[in-house]
Amino acid sequence: MDAIETVPANEVPQGGPDMLVRGALQFITFTIGAEEFGVDIMVVREIKGWTDTTTIPNAPAHVRGVVNLRGVIVPIFDLRARFGMGMTEPTRMHVVIIVSVEDRTIGMLVDTVSDIISVAPAAIRPVPEMGLSIESNLLEGLATLDDRMVTLVSLDGLFGTHRDPIIPDDAAAPQVLQPN
Amino acid sequence: MAAIDQFKNTYFEECSELIEALYAHLTDFAEGRSDCDTMHAVFRAVHSIKGGGGAFGFERLVQYAHTFETLLDILRSQGLAPSAETTSLFVVSTDILADLVDAARGDRDLPPGFEDETAALLEKTAAQFDRRTRSLPEPAEASEPVACERDYDIVFAPHPDLFKRANEPLLILRELKRLGEARIEADLGSLPDLSEIEPEQAYVGWHIALRTSVPRSAIDEIFDFVRDECDLSIVERPLPNAVREEAARQPAAAVSGGLESARSEQGSPRSIRVDVEKVDRVVNLVGELVINQAMLSQFSGALPPDLCPGLVNGLETLSQHLRELQESVMAMRAQPVKSVFSRMPRLVREVAGQLGKEARLVVTGEATEIDKTVIEQLADPLTHLLRNALDHGIETPEEREAAGKARQGTIHLSAGHRSGRIVIEISDDGRGINRAKVLAKAEERGLIAPSASLSDEEIDGLIFLPGFSTAENVSSISGRGVGMDVVKRNMQALGGRITVESRFGAGSRFNLSLPLTLAVLDGMVVAVGAETYIVPLTQIRESLRPVEGDIHPVIGQGDLLAIRGDYVPLLYLHRHFGVADAVTDPCRGTVVIVESEGEGRIGLAVDELLGQQQVVVKSLETNYGPVEGISGATILGNGRVALILDIGGLRKAAVPSRPAPSFVAGAGAPDNLH
Repeated sequence: MDAIETVPANEVPQGGPDMLVRGALQFITFTIGAEEFGVDIMVVREIKGWTDTTTIPNAPAHVRGVVNLRGVIVPIFDLRARFGMGMTEPTRMHVVIIVSVEDRTIGMLVDTVSDIISVAPAAIRPVPEMGLSIESNLLEGLATLDDRMVTLVSLDGLFGTHRDPIIPDDAAAPQVLQPN
Repeated sequence: MAAIDQFKNTYFEECSELIEALYAHLTDFAEGRSDCDTMHAVFRAVHSIKGGGGAFGFERLVQYAHTFETLLDILRSQGLAPSAETTSLFVVSTDILADLVDAARGDRDLPPGFEDETAALLEKTAAQFDRRTRSLPEPAEASEPVACERDYDIVFAPHPDLFKRANEPLLILRELKRLGEARIEADLGSLPDLSEIEPEQAYVGWHIALRTSVPRSAIDEIFDFVRDECDLSIVERPLPNAVREEAARQPAAAVSGGLESARSEQGSPRSIRVDVEKVDRVVNLVGELVINQAMLSQFSGALPPDLCPGLVNGLETLSQHLRELQESVMAMRAQPVKSVFSRMPRLVREVAGQLGKEARLVVTGEATEIDKTVIEQLADPLTHLLRNALDHGIETPEEREAAGKARQGTIHLSAGHRSGRIVIEISDDGRGINRAKVLAKAEERGLIAPSASLSDEEIDGLIFLPGFSTAENVSSISGRGVGMDVVKRNMQALGGRITVESRFGAGSRFNLSLPLTLAVLDGMVVAVGAETYIVPLTQIRESLRPVEGDIHPVIGQGDLLAIRGDYVPLLYLHRHFGVADAVTDPCRGTVVIVESEGEGRIGLAVDELLGQQQVVVKSLETNYGPVEGISGATILGNGRVALILDIGGLRKAAVPSRPAPSFVAGAGAPDNLH
């Protein structure tokens, strides 16, 4: 929850308060390494610090395991690993964003949560076909704010039921723990 | 749209309750435990189904219910108790009514003319009774008059603003008159002078002396809408002598009947309808509390005991209260098995009819309560077992007579609690298991080796093997070779067991033993490296530390563990689940021998056993998905998640392609046969 307090309050109504009335979308932004990502604020349920997980046997590398969230078993996905940027070495300072997607509750492990931004739908540009290391179906679009670029992630692409979230295309990913 | 769906759902829920009540009342009739209240209750149930159905436009249902209701109304108004013949007509009519309700619920259409035959019969009977009463003043035949007219004194004094709430006392009075003989006197006591009369206010009260055969609730119903706008007293006057004598002649029946109806009529305000999801939520929350409490106790244990004695005592009390709370909440979700059992008499009736056999079902212990999670899983196995008893157990009436038995077979269905589990027994007085035939069939199907010598229990156990069926002709009732093995599998999936006892020529008894709930599970906590897993206790046979010579590597089979001359495949959990830093040599760890659902034993190589614990079962699939070898998850006292092992799945992984169980080797208890 510490991470949330770092949100610079004066920056929240980006582009003036009238943007809010004209159907601007709000995103929570977070970082993985040097890159800034955004997720629709409406699907975010809570933000909590990293806690140890229980490993799920034979799961893909980006599935860090499950945790107990007030009695609900919630799987934690390592977004850095999912985006092919290597494994996160989680510490207590790392953050888990709990989102709900199609009746499911899922945690996303990220480095920090940085901001809440408002973006006019028109300011969201599609993901270019080339030039990003991340599979394009995992992304929703790109939002440009003054001098920053925020990559909006697609929860449907990441966790939606139309594709198998458990065994994604890169199922051959290395195991979290190697046998013996 | 959503609102009307909600009403519809409520209506259908009520319908299932009403139909259940109908069957119960009809059983009362059949067993001579009825009074005029029963007749009224039957009428009211059908009437309520019709009324609600009309509101939602289920015309076919309404029309049929109306036909049914007409006959009931005639009998009711004449105070007649139905004869045995009429009662069985009612039972069949209720079957049809239940089908029509089901069809309406599932938005299906039954084949045209589905209800016509029964409807015609109802109409014919109604016409007979109608004519009989018109021509013969005395009701004849087996129908006895049920005289229970009662006198009521009703004082009805409307509050001044009764009219403003759009109520009309005249309608109420007319309604009362329809119930029976009513003498109505107006009470003009509070009528003011003409000059002071406010035309919109109610001043007049009434005193009504009513003689009627309808139950008290019917009178109450009339006043339902004005109850808050009037002073009302309804007092039953003592019975006149003649009637009291009659009541005295059957004191027991009258008393018990009276009690029952009192219970059912006053039942509504004492119970409330709660969405099952809400109860589940409470059950889950209490589960969380129990885990929280375990965590707190763990922390307080780390403190010096004299630091804060109040805290320790407080935690102790908390834990006691929580245990009670958990029990009460689980009791809330418990339901009597009646909700499943009540569907069975119809099944027996229909299947017996199709097979040309005569059978009656005797049900006991239907008030036994079990958790709703288990109840939901009971219907299928029970259906299978009853069909099986009728098809294979009970003989045809001719065969029975030849064997010196009553033409009609009897099937007993009973439920009861036994040492923390629920035990359900289904026994029949049919022909029993023909062991020679079973043995021959099993050999023919290649299920056992021709030379195998099996004990009687082992032979009886063969009927639970997949692909086993002795029915000469494959019928639509049973005999497709699925059935008993499915029952056994379902039972084991529930953590239950099924056994059979049989005496050739005298009948068979199937014994089902089930846990009281699926929400909690007795588990053994085992450690593998840094991970902990839960092994369901019901599936553990033994645990041991093998010695070097017991482990035999077999090419293509992995390692086998020798136990007392038998060989059990070994599954190294750390290898299978990819756990680092685990004990790799079973001779320095522990092997847990588990028996999977109907397939056989395997040995699980783990580091050590951490202890036995009751755990709350949580779904892993809700938020994640199915995981091979894992059936669910739970939360341990330290707040961490532990995964529950799926023994059946693990065995499939350990023994990939061995179709038939290896019991030909003939080792051990009958349980190991499957």
